[in-house]
Amino acid sequence: MDGEVELRVDGRTRRLRVDNRTTLLDALRDGLGVTSPKKGCDHGQCGACTVLLDGRRAVTCLSFAVVHDGAEVVTAAGLGDGERLHPVQEAFLDRDAFQCGFCTPGQVCSAVGVLDEVAAGHPSAVTADLTGPAELSPEEVRERMSGNLCRCGAYVRIVEAVRDGAR
Amino acid sequence: MTDLLRPRAMGRSPRRVEGPAKVTGTAPYASDQPVHDPVHAWLVQAEVARGVVTSVDTGRALAEEGVLTVLTPDNAPRLASTEDAELAALQSHDVDFRGQVLAVVVARTPETARHAASLVRVVVEQRPHDVRLSGDRADLYAPEQVNGGFETDTAEGDLAAGLAQAAHVVDRTYTTAWYNNNPLEPHATTAVWSDENLLLYDSTQGVHTTREAVAETFGLSPERVHVISPHVGGGFGAKGTAHVHAILAAMAARALPDVPVKLALTRQQMYSLVGYRTPTIQRVRLGGSADGRLTALAVDAIGQTSRFKEFAEQTAVPARTMYAAPHRRTTHRLAALDVPVPAWMRAPGECPGMFGPEVAMDELAIACGLDPVEFRVRNEPEVEPESGKPFSSRNLVACLREGARRFGWSHRDPTPGARQESGWRVGTGVAASTYPVNRSPGSEANIRFTAPGRYRVEIGAADIGTGTWTSLAQIAADALGVDHGDVELRIGDTRLPKASVAGGSSGITSWGSTVVAAARAFREKFGDRPDDGDETCVAMPESSASDDYAMHAFGAQFAEVRVHVDTGEVRVPRLLGVFAVGRVVNPRLARSQLVGGMTMGLSMALHEHSLLDERFGHVVNHDLAEYHIATNSDVPDVEAHWIEEHDPHTNPMGTKGIGEIGIVGTAAAIVNAAHHATGIRVRDLPLTLDHFVR
Repeated sequence: MDGEVELRVDGRTRRLRVDNRTTLLDALRDGLGVTSPKKGCDHGQCGACTVLLDGRRAVTCLSFAVVHDGAEVVTAAGLGDGERLHPVQEAFLDRDAFQCGFCTPGQVCSAVGVLDEVAAGHPSAVTADLTGPAELSPEEVRERMSGNLCRCGAYVRIVEAVRDGAR
Repeated sequence: MTDLLRPRAMGRSPRRVEGPAKVTGTAPYASDQPVHDPVHAWLVQAEVARGVVTSVDTGRALAEEGVLTVLTPDNAPRLASTEDAELAALQSHDVDFRGQVLAVVVARTPETARHAASLVRVVVEQRPHDVRLSGDRADLYAPEQVNGGFETDTAEGDLAAGLAQAAHVVDRTYTTAWYNNNPLEPHATTAVWSDENLLLYDSTQGVHTTREAVAETFGLSPERVHVISPHVGGGFGAKGTAHVHAILAAMAARALPDVPVKLALTRQQMYSLVGYRTPTIQRVRLGGSADGRLTALAVDAIGQTSRFKEFAEQTAVPARTMYAAPHRRTTHRLAALDVPVPAWMRAPGECPGMFGPEVAMDELAIACGLDPVEFRVRNEPEVEPESGKPFSSRNLVACLREGARRFGWSHRDPTPGARQESGWRVGTGVAASTYPVNRSPGSEANIRFTAPGRYRVEIGAADIGTGTWTSLAQIAADALGVDHGDVELRIGDTRLPKASVAGGSSGITSWGSTVVAAARAFREKFGDRPDDGDETCVAMPESSASDDYAMHAFGAQFAEVRVHVDTGEVRVPRLLGVFAVGRVVNPRLARSQLVGGMTMGLSMALHEHSLLDERFGHVVNHDLAEYHIATNSDVPDVEAHWIEEHDPHTNPMGTKGIGEIGIVGTAAAIVNAAHHATGIRVRDLPLTLDHFVR
């Protein structure tokens, strides 16, 4: 059984017919040729498929495309302003916060989501003061970025890059 | 002695040249490559560990709309070569391990292929299987040689006498777990077969090695197989040799000429189809004199292999290099089981093989009443112990001393269990690292001048996250005497000159030596003012350095470990490594390699463990939710440093290879720190909390 959805992906409106069993990740990759989000596990365990979905970070392998009609999707390919990279992406380059690069689009989208969450004052599991403003301490970044696995082991640089990207 | 290259671009830290493509996700990995109207393959796998396929019913699958073909052992075409049993896809009705591919369904969409695969009914007559590795099996056997071409057993002097004369003896058995490489990118192949030409977009550590394996399996001449792999989402050995999915994708593509067939393994399938590190059982015996010198050293290592194809991890090999001792021996024994075939995983041999001995060294240091840094320094050999060759350079002692200084080791109270902070027992530990300088034969490089002032350097090398795109161009720039920006490097394609595999930390040694030779030949032929289109292609020069020298990188790793008093939870707040790895081509990228290796070592120490269900013969925790790898919050502080090391013997760059040494010794340093924290000696990885709750 098929359904039709309209998605706004990296600023472009796209319509497509999808099998109801098609995940948002597969719709992006196979249906629209948007291959920036990666499939590392297809089970929501690694974070490589993370995008900003209606402004919040989300793994795209865990939900079906048909339920996202009208959604706004920003992938790592759409984070920059067309000419310049997003500051978080620049920070990833400077800090060499990646090696193979496969988890990186997801890390970058997740990082942008983290910065928004912290700016909005959302606490995390390691936030001591739930009433004050959220801080971007290394511990907070580690906790908030732990849904994005990196097998190359770039974590210590990722934490530095996320904090640099906030400045 | 080689004519060392003068470093201008080398030693600088340009950012990764492919970095912008990676941080935007636009760098094309195997399954990102755009192909027109692809079809999709899905695998059907064996659900028993041993048996015989008696029937395959594909009727219901074929009746699904959109299913194009189902290949099974009944109808799959015969392959030209089945010499590599791992690649003999669908050639036999025998089931050799749970997870073996028994059918492949090809359909117009991945959803249809997956559903149709669930409709294929395979009947297997089950046979009794045997998947249990243990040290007391009666059928352990000595392989002819072990991975890397090393001798299976070695002996020198009289081990029994050496142990008898020792003032202190450690005789313990250590075990490492079954580990799965788990690169973040699952293996994927897109295959197009047209007019007896095969195009493969593959995720591989060596396009040419994949081409050779596929060509041989199908009986094609290698020129007919074109493999493209510009970016690889991690490999760690799992993509160093061709695995069966590449054959299956090609087979499906041959059945559907001119149609691109996409086959991407699932994370779960990677636990049975792409290799893994064998669990090991290591009996280590060390004898020490009253003044802390080794009188005897023995490592007897046991691992597993699959029954249908042998892989022998060289676990005891690093013990042949590390420490001086007059009486010594190393042995390797294997159990042949009904399991998937083990293969390379980051630092095969050294990674598991430096666990037992480096923990034993800590135990013996304590028995001798010596500081573990000092104890290692005291047992430093003058020449490589077993070969008798001089070292081309060996700076283990410098790494230990510099590491101790940076880590603040001198303030350490050696008493185990002496330090407690806020409910955590705190300890520190040390272990040594080593990795050989490997040089793989078979590379060629082409250099072409493309006006104005640009040099195109072509070699079918791989960048698996190691930084080849950047660092090999830096080497080419110095070899040509031009700026880094004037070099256009092309890698990752079999249309380029042949290159050896990215494995054994041999990439830069092999490809770099080749590129330097090509640059020198180019300058000799065309001088400093070449014409547009001038080009020259040369093969990697021979080197006899390994006949005369033992060439190894060394390192020292220091760990701080906290073990919770009540829960036994183990944390590693700090890791610090100092390495002697020859010249560092690009410090920014090199640091990532070393830190990444140490991080994977931390992951091995604390978490990783593929749990085999012996009743069924499969890894139960076959995904990333249950096979835990270190996450960001597990890794607060990892530092890697290196000492200046000048080695004129390894290659023209003076490099030693840095991709693997970082994971060597980490787990031992953490176990030793945990002992210092708690007084409890763990000899079986991983370092789970049950070891500490008594």
